[in-house]
Amino acid sequence: MLKNRKYRYIAVFIFLAILAIIFLALNICIGSVNITLPDILETMAGDKSNETAARILFDIRLPRITAVIILGGALALSGYLLQTFFHNPIAGPFVLGISSGAKMVVALALVFLAKRSVNITSAGMISAAFTGAVLSMGFVLIMSRRVGGMSMLVVCGVMIGYICSAITELVVTFAEDADIVNLHNWSQGSFSGMTWDNVKVMSVVVLIVSAIAFSFSKQLDAYRQGEAYARNMGINISFLRICLVILSSVLSACIVAFAGPVSFVGIAIPHLIKKMLGTARPLLMIPACFLGGSVFCLFSDLLARTMFSPAELSISTVTAIFGAPVVLWIMSEHKREKAV
Amino acid sequence: MGYYFKTGHMSVGYQGNALIEDIEIELNKGEILTLIGPNGAGKSTILKSIAKQLKLISGVIYLDGKDLAKMSGKEFSRKMAVVFTERLRSELMTCEEAAATGRYPYTGRFGVLKGADLEAVREAMELVHVSDIKDRDFSKISDGQRQRVMLARAICQEPEIIILDEPTSFLDVKHKLEFLSTLQELCFQKGLTVVMSLHELELAQKVSDKILSVNGRFVERFGTPEEIFTTGYIKSLFGIETGSFDEENISMELQAVTSEPEVFVIAGGGCGRNIYRRLQRQRIAFMTGILYENDLDYPVARALAANVITAQKFEPVSDILLKEAKEKIDGCEKVISCKSIFGSLEKANEELLIYARENKKSVEVI
Repeated sequence: MLKNRKYRYIAVFIFLAILAIIFLALNICIGSVNITLPDILETMAGDKSNETAARILFDIRLPRITAVIILGGALALSGYLLQTFFHNPIAGPFVLGISSGAKMVVALALVFLAKRSVNITSAGMISAAFTGAVLSMGFVLIMSRRVGGMSMLVVCGVMIGYICSAITELVVTFAEDADIVNLHNWSQGSFSGMTWDNVKVMSVVVLIVSAIAFSFSKQLDAYRQGEAYARNMGINISFLRICLVILSSVLSACIVAFAGPVSFVGIAIPHLIKKMLGTARPLLMIPACFLGGSVFCLFSDLLARTMFSPAELSISTVTAIFGAPVVLWIMSEHKREKAV
Repeated sequence: MGYYFKTGHMSVGYQGNALIEDIEIELNKGEILTLIGPNGAGKSTILKSIAKQLKLISGVIYLDGKDLAKMSGKEFSRKMAVVFTERLRSELMTCEEAAATGRYPYTGRFGVLKGADLEAVREAMELVHVSDIKDRDFSKISDGQRQRVMLARAICQEPEIIILDEPTSFLDVKHKLEFLSTLQELCFQKGLTVVMSLHELELAQKVSDKILSVNGRFVERFGTPEEIFTTGYIKSLFGIETGSFDEENISMELQAVTSEPEVFVIAGGGCGRNIYRRLQRQRIAFMTGILYENDLDYPVARALAANVITAQKFEPVSDILLKEAKEKIDGCEKVISCKSIFGSLEKANEELLIYARENKKSVEVI
């Protein structure tokens, strides 16, 4: 029995890796300019004959793809951490309004700094987003003490999201000049316009946070059994909870800072991965969610870029189409289990 | 030298408000302590406080001479296991995996189970007879099965003391007996100390070395079952107003009928109990006799009959008593006898039956 499970886990990881490679290749090749695989290999080998292809590859597609992989993984992971924290399968940075909070503070910072014609750095963006994420998270935490139940918590999150979005809209409306276009694009969620500098910063932040989260997997395994039993295992619950809040907020902040709010990845992916693995052990869930998030975002970004090319869809449009049904699925399943 | 488990002036409660104060418990290694008391009396609060789920309001708990509050999380998790009424969240876990979560204190940095861990889980599941359901989904088994898997989980944690909150509530009678026998066996073989709460007083009396009775404000009694189950105590602890409780035999009877008695029951040797209960169900008040104090029928008669003609044990029935019984029969319209053939030491009751027939009472012999 346990042997069979091991094979299943390995199969899932191999499956995800294969998908990742396929979408990676498609993402590199397909675009407003199609590049063939031989072209790529030649360019990689140092052939200077195709200057445009090289520029497109190294300056536009590769940084974007790397960002999609890193941020996609971060999205799924932050969703998983929040679900573990709240013992709620439909928690996630987007539904709980954490993304919107981060978005609001980033928008405020952008407009405020644009007026003084200061350019904001990647780290500055992350800090602003983190502030917003922690603010919303604080609200959600206060509300979660007052309201019980999985749906009520989500309703609170959605309300917080609306408030933050309204404020963001207000700021955007009164913002001046060309920044608005940029701001508008970003506030819809998009992976476009990534530079290698962005990628460097996000990689460092996301990989460190993910590694820390992974090192907590044993404690999380006890925590998910419920507080009473976790405490019996000698776990310092309040410390673990604070760590979870910080880790998931940093991840959400990082995503919002670079790609804006991206919906549903954080809920749909952990759920799908859990079903595939047939277990919810954090030790497996954390790496598998990360990989799954990357795959899903590669797929979604490919669609966003190519479906109505040259026009680009916002990433949330695509993720919502595939992700929202999963949420409905989770809710109906949850009801059924309660009825049993 | 000292006790294995000891509390000193322990006060427990919520948010800094003491609910029950000054609890003193002393237990030797391998003993079973049971908490009894009415609903909401604070049994769970005490158990949760002992298990470090709630902060003590004041006082200390010593485990093997060490202050529990100063013990590291790891040491604590290897010493104490718990089975609470609260459900274990077990998303996508099989019963085996749920039980294996008890191995947490012994696994490495990433919590991977090794061969020895799996062996411990297998043994524990065997011990509580749940090996056959080990591959079933933990959330889809019956309450009774779940409770036993939880015990297996606690056992494979290899604790020195185990805390159980109403562990037998969902079990049927077979599994209640099995569950408590397993606990007894563990106490005897491995020196496990048990602190639990039970609603089944008859089981508490039999399985416990010590009993603690809680009434919602303070600990009323702490001692051996014999010291706790004294006449009238359970009635006062639980505030029983309807019906009765017989501490000596740990049995209860429903409320006796209080109207004027119209039936006399001739009983003895255990054949009258069912008649008493039938009459109680029919709301018919009755008298009964002549019973010896140590007759099987006597406790039930005391609980249900309006009047019991009682003979002193190991002595012949006196003529005065016989006369009194006949007078009572005179006042009744009907006489029920639970037997027609009497032994040589119950001639008095035979005489009562003949007397009833002679006096044209409506006589029913069962």
